[in-house]
Amino acid sequence: MLEIKNLVVQIDDRRILNGVNLTVQTGEIAAIMGPNGSGKSTLSYVIAGKEDYEVLEGEILLDGADVLAMEPSERATAGLFLAFQYPLEIPGVNTMTFLKAALNAHRKARGEDELLTPEFMRLVGEAADTLQVPRDMLRRPLNVGFSGGEKKRMEILQMYLLQPRLGILDETDSGLDIDALRIVADGVNAMRSPNRSFLVITHYQRLLNYIVPDTVHVMANGVIARSGGKELALELEESGYAEYTAHETV
Amino acid sequence: MAAVRETIAQVQSIDVDQYKFGFETVVEVEKAPKGLSEEIVRYISARKGEPDWMLQWRLEALELWRTLEEPDWAKITYDPIDYNGIHYYAAPKKNPSPKSLDEIDPEIRKTYEKLGIPLSEQEALAGVAPENRVAVDAVFDSVSVATTFKKELAAAGVIFMPISEAIREHPELVRTYLGSVVPVGDNFFAALNSAVFSDGSFVYVPPGVRCPMELSTYFRINERDTGQFERTLIIADKGAYVSYLEGCTAPKRDENQLHAAVVELVALEDAEIKYSTVQNWYPGDSAGRGGVYNFVTKRGDCREARAKISWTQVETGSAVTWKYPSCLLRGPESRGEFYSIAISNGHQQVDSGTKMIHMAPDTTSKIISKGISAGFSQNTYRGLVKATARAEHARNFTNCDSLLLGDRCGAHTVPYVESRNSTAVFEHEATTSKISDDQMFYCQQRGIGEEEAIALIVNGFVKDVLQMLPMEFAVEAQKLISISLEGSVG
Repeated sequence: MLEIKNLVVQIDDRRILNGVNLTVQTGEIAAIMGPNGSGKSTLSYVIAGKEDYEVLEGEILLDGADVLAMEPSERATAGLFLAFQYPLEIPGVNTMTFLKAALNAHRKARGEDELLTPEFMRLVGEAADTLQVPRDMLRRPLNVGFSGGEKKRMEILQMYLLQPRLGILDETDSGLDIDALRIVADGVNAMRSPNRSFLVITHYQRLLNYIVPDTVHVMANGVIARSGGKELALELEESGYAEYTAHETV
Repeated sequence: MAAVRETIAQVQSIDVDQYKFGFETVVEVEKAPKGLSEEIVRYISARKGEPDWMLQWRLEALELWRTLEEPDWAKITYDPIDYNGIHYYAAPKKNPSPKSLDEIDPEIRKTYEKLGIPLSEQEALAGVAPENRVAVDAVFDSVSVATTFKKELAAAGVIFMPISEAIREHPELVRTYLGSVVPVGDNFFAALNSAVFSDGSFVYVPPGVRCPMELSTYFRINERDTGQFERTLIIADKGAYVSYLEGCTAPKRDENQLHAAVVELVALEDAEIKYSTVQNWYPGDSAGRGGVYNFVTKRGDCREARAKISWTQVETGSAVTWKYPSCLLRGPESRGEFYSIAISNGHQQVDSGTKMIHMAPDTTSKIISKGISAGFSQNTYRGLVKATARAEHARNFTNCDSLLLGDRCGAHTVPYVESRNSTAVFEHEATTSKISDDQMFYCQQRGIGEEEAIALIVNGFVKDVLQMLPMEFAVEAQKLISISLEGSVG
């Protein structure tokens, strides 16, 4: 489903990614682990199309389509969803209004009519119940004054509504207590499907106890340094990233 | 930041040329010679067939004006205005004041059709429920060319007519109230207006009457080098209610046009006046050439107990705006409100706000101001909240929010508070925010395109004020806002 080939990226003349190669199969949950500053978040931003990053080489394909040639909103409607590490606050914009705009943008891209309000309310209501998002959160401006855990749950709620082909979770576990972590993981697990893939980016193994990956990749110095099965995560928990960060000083 | 760089590029290419009402109407006009003198004032007064008291009033205003200085305290800069380079009167030659709606010059009728303003009652009635009907007074340069639904309104006792007609037909009302809220010598532009005003609307709602429809005046400046100096006077007698809306547009021209209006509102005991403005004068082009200089004095007088006046404005046009719709709260328990959306783009400069003057016990006021700046524009909120010694338990709540699009524009908030009474409670909140690249990226990552994301954020920002407008105008205003900001973010 997702193919990343020899991706080289810089920001302000500083290389962050030095030739990333990564393939995620349809239905696969791939975890990317690695030390801070190894390029994990950069990778997620580049896939989603954030400006400021300059792609020098390589390509990203989603179901064979050239992702780098698409606008960020086109990537989104093509099925790429990024759950942000730090979700943005949008003052003045009611959460429901935002969700409706997002959902309708996806429907429009598929050539479908806009959702009628009752149907929309029902969808959001179901999603909110499933993900244990309190209804009053939906009536507030998007993410404004939400706690860290609430913001992360709102990200998962959005992913649940938009039903992407590929969900990228960027350090979704950071700042979550164990209960919130479990709710978020349950949401992701509920969305597991043979037609959907996930890229789970995390520093810690803890999240992977709840979202069990098919493959684990270690990122260091802007490349995928090692790949393996889910047992690799446990190994890293034992040994830490010292082996990988050591490279930097060589 | 890449998006910001693009914004700048976009903004540089902005024409405020998206202005949709910049066409010109070709009609033969009768104009006063350029310049301002006693002769010109006499000329205008004579054209209007005014009684002598009115002429004397004007001449006094002219004398006062000559002693006044053009104000320079606002945060606006513009080339000096040549007051002798302006025509102070311009009227279509063909039947300047038609007796009936059928007599309107077809060219002028077409103009208003293009602007979407129905000048025939049949059109205005088509598919509209009675409670949603709107009566229109159309002012073209210096004269009122049509007023609809006069008969229906008269049946309810409401007087709605051009002020030039009211001076002849209802001199007792006009003499009582004209200049009673904005005195002739109030300020430089008010004095100028008092000397040369040519037309505008007059409304009187008798005691206990709820005006059966929305009243509206549509101002159009058409002629080159012509100033528009309209004068509006609205009186709601005891227990009366009226809702009034004005709209304004002008053709695109390279030179600046002067608009200096005076609006006076008088609300007596238990009366309520709701005054809404959708101001869309030509803002000038992308290089900052042309556009209307809008120097306006608007003031409402809650003259008796429990009177209420609310100003709602959506300001998107004009090269320069200098405008502070205010309330004098003279009756106990009277209430003043000011709701404003001021949008500036291109090289526009806005210095606008309000004054709430609490002069009686238990008076309340509320100010909600939303400023949006884009392009190279400067947008200033300037407001005064004042309580005199008599204003026991006066209360004000003020909220001023500014939103910046791009980083070449400016937003400024200048609140003045003066309280001479220790029981008065004034609250002030202000915020300035900017649509960040990160917020834009976040919206786009959810599939929402750039223009739509801006619209979403801007609509969220202004919705508290938009909902104060009469329903059908709120929709119009929303459209206008999105047109004004089209292409403002890259």
